[in-house]
Amino acid sequence: MIIELGHYALVLALATALIQSVLPLVGVRRGDRALVELAGSAAIVSFLLVTFSFAVLTFAYVTSDFSVRNVWENSHSLKPLIYKISGVWGNHEGSMLLWLLILAFFSALVASFGRNLPETLKANVLAVQAWIAAAFTLFILLTSNPFARLVPAPGEGRDLNPVLQDIGLAIHPPLLYLGYVGFSVCFSFAIAALIEGRIDAAWARWVRPWALAAWTCLTAGIAMGSYWAYYELGWGGWWFWDPVENASFMPWLAGTALLHSALVMEKREALKIWTVLLAILTFSLSLLGTFLVRSGVLTSVHAFATDPTRGVFILAILVVFIGGALSLFAFRASHLKSGGLFAPISREGALVLNNLILTTATATVLTGTLYPLVLEALTGDKISVGAPFFNMTFGLLMLPLLFAVPFGPLLAWKRGDLAAAAQRLFVAVGAGLLFAAAVYYARNGGPVLAVLGIGLGVYLILGSITDVALRSGFGGVAGAVAFRRFLGLPRSAFGTALAHVGLGVTLIGIVAVTAYETETVVEMKPGMLVDAGGYSLRFDGMRQGRGPNYTEDTGHFTVSRGGVKVTEIWSSKRLYSARRMPTTEAGIRTFGLSQLYVSLGDEITGGGIVVRIWWKPLILCIWGGALVMMAAGIVSLSDRRLRVGAPSRATKTARLVAGAAE
Amino acid sequence: MIRILVALFLCIASAAPVFAVNPDEVLADPALEARARAISAELRCMVCQNQSIDDSNAELAKDLRLLVRERLKNGDTDEAVIAYVVSRYGEFVLLKPRFEAKTLVLWGMPVVLLVLGAVTLVVAARRRRTRPAGSPLSDDEKEKLDKLLRS
Repeated sequence: MIIELGHYALVLALATALIQSVLPLVGVRRGDRALVELAGSAAIVSFLLVTFSFAVLTFAYVTSDFSVRNVWENSHSLKPLIYKISGVWGNHEGSMLLWLLILAFFSALVASFGRNLPETLKANVLAVQAWIAAAFTLFILLTSNPFARLVPAPGEGRDLNPVLQDIGLAIHPPLLYLGYVGFSVCFSFAIAALIEGRIDAAWARWVRPWALAAWTCLTAGIAMGSYWAYYELGWGGWWFWDPVENASFMPWLAGTALLHSALVMEKREALKIWTVLLAILTFSLSLLGTFLVRSGVLTSVHAFATDPTRGVFILAILVVFIGGALSLFAFRASHLKSGGLFAPISREGALVLNNLILTTATATVLTGTLYPLVLEALTGDKISVGAPFFNMTFGLLMLPLLFAVPFGPLLAWKRGDLAAAAQRLFVAVGAGLLFAAAVYYARNGGPVLAVLGIGLGVYLILGSITDVALRSGFGGVAGAVAFRRFLGLPRSAFGTALAHVGLGVTLIGIVAVTAYETETVVEMKPGMLVDAGGYSLRFDGMRQGRGPNYTEDTGHFTVSRGGVKVTEIWSSKRLYSARRMPTTEAGIRTFGLSQLYVSLGDEITGGGIVVRIWWKPLILCIWGGALVMMAAGIVSLSDRRLRVGAPSRATKTARLVAGAAE
Repeated sequence: MIRILVALFLCIASAAPVFAVNPDEVLADPALEARARAISAELRCMVCQNQSIDDSNAELAKDLRLLVRERLKNGDTDEAVIAYVVSRYGEFVLLKPRFEAKTLVLWGMPVVLLVLGAVTLVVAARRRRTRPAGSPLSDDEKEKLDKLLRS
């Protein structure tokens, strides 16, 4: 009964979304306040209905109600509680419901905290949000109903895919969706502005907190997913340029560009049309990502063709929304007046360069991801586009951008002085080169590119701090004065510096791991020693064990350095009983920012086992940098200026969203 | 998330986890082995979803890894090994497609976009610089102005 109520709530949510998508627009046209105000209440009702529906599904999972097909397919009564809950979104139907829930959540946030928005703008924004919600609710109800029943009900479920039985699944998808779907608000703001035909700096100020919040969550989601793949897959890789990863990376790149262009628009009223277009494109890429992941088109074009209902449905949503938005843009963009002028060498100019490169990078990833699909569909030729392609093209594109990053904040608005900026970066450049030379010397040579890469990272970090340091006057005025000035700087200045520092940290991690990781593949028998990263690992033997729903073989290793025992590592292989599916649980130990990574292979006759041992120098910098970037997002969100002159509650909203990211 | 699933379904559907490169495959000569690894990273495991033969533990990937090492031991250059594998398995095995007619758009996209974007920006900047001066007067307007000034 409760299951049917959950299903019914979803139907009601569709009805509410339909009301919310039409009546407020009519209200704005006719100047009918009642209809305009309806938007907010409808958004909140919608959110409550979807929340109820989601809670019902969660309840079915927690109580292991196998009469619900979705629960039977993806759960097991012996599964630990946390995986029963996270299992709700570990499958197609549930994850779409989560998508919808987060969309409704953002609409409700706009409705409750956007009180300082002009009423008509708010009504339009909420109406556009409701269009998206209606489309996706319809999609769930018609093609992916999570509440379908099974008669008779089976006694036991088929269990969740073992790889997904991990804390990673509990956190990664919700964060990713908060990011993906968060950009829907920017999209709705853009469409609303196009409908009204009016746009100004205030618009950018309203949009920026949403973009920042979504970007922060997406950064967290991607980093989390990357770390999850790293420890769960047992290959020690952390980014594979897989289409599914690209699907989340493209909105991130476009979203990063959006953050920067919205800044220009807010401060200088320039780049208006471009910013609106970027807001549309960013969410379009989120939709595209949803389509790529959910339609099965990536696995193979043929799998898509055999059961095309879902794929075609999302494709239709995609075409209607992206096509519609871009047509509206084409019609209305010329009505938007462009504003402030600026010289090529200026803060604006630097931000335009950022946008040019980031957009090109997004397009490159997009082309690379879709090219094999399109080529096969058009000509039947099969080609592959994989990591080597992306590393080369993306890397080449990023190089000039990374070098330019510290210059941006040092250039003045309107007209900047490149020579003066370069002079201020002298210390950062020098330190970068010195550091590179030191690494080169310490490593007795080594790949020159890697050494320069690390130098670039150091330059990025110091160069990003330069702006904050100079503005507080460190080195020029007395320490106490400088410190007081430092504390008085706007939060967004810290946000900028932190985000760029994070980029540098990630870069150092990537370069260090790529260039200096070591890998040893050996057959080990108990008592045997292997050296890695200055540590010595002794294999002590295997042990069998049992978990709640799996059996495992665990290898035990003793790690020592200079003959002294430092720590132990357990690495195991599991076999999950319900699906007879094996997984590896790599043994990972952290030393500072570096890690030892041990993964088990086949057992060999005579009591030995194949072992793969990696030394991953500075690998934690990769995700550490992402953490710094997230912190930067949160710091920027707390900037007073996002409150003053703009919705006084916007930051509260933002903080709420940011809180969800933590 | 899905990537992980697909990788698992396709590549270790029934077998227990095995490693990509196994100790028995490794060549005695470290320089040759390093070349083999570099080549392997560029070749696709054809039964997998977006994995190189260096990462994959599928049987086919193992066969290909052995083949690559066999060719290297026979004294082939890196290019010759790759050409040989392509001749047997088609271009689908290349993770970095060659630059040719059908990949023109793929390789050309970044360059064209960058150039186009830069040109657009320069043109827009030029136009912006000239616009504040206003458009020059038409002959008609000049005549009117002259008349006004003379009178």
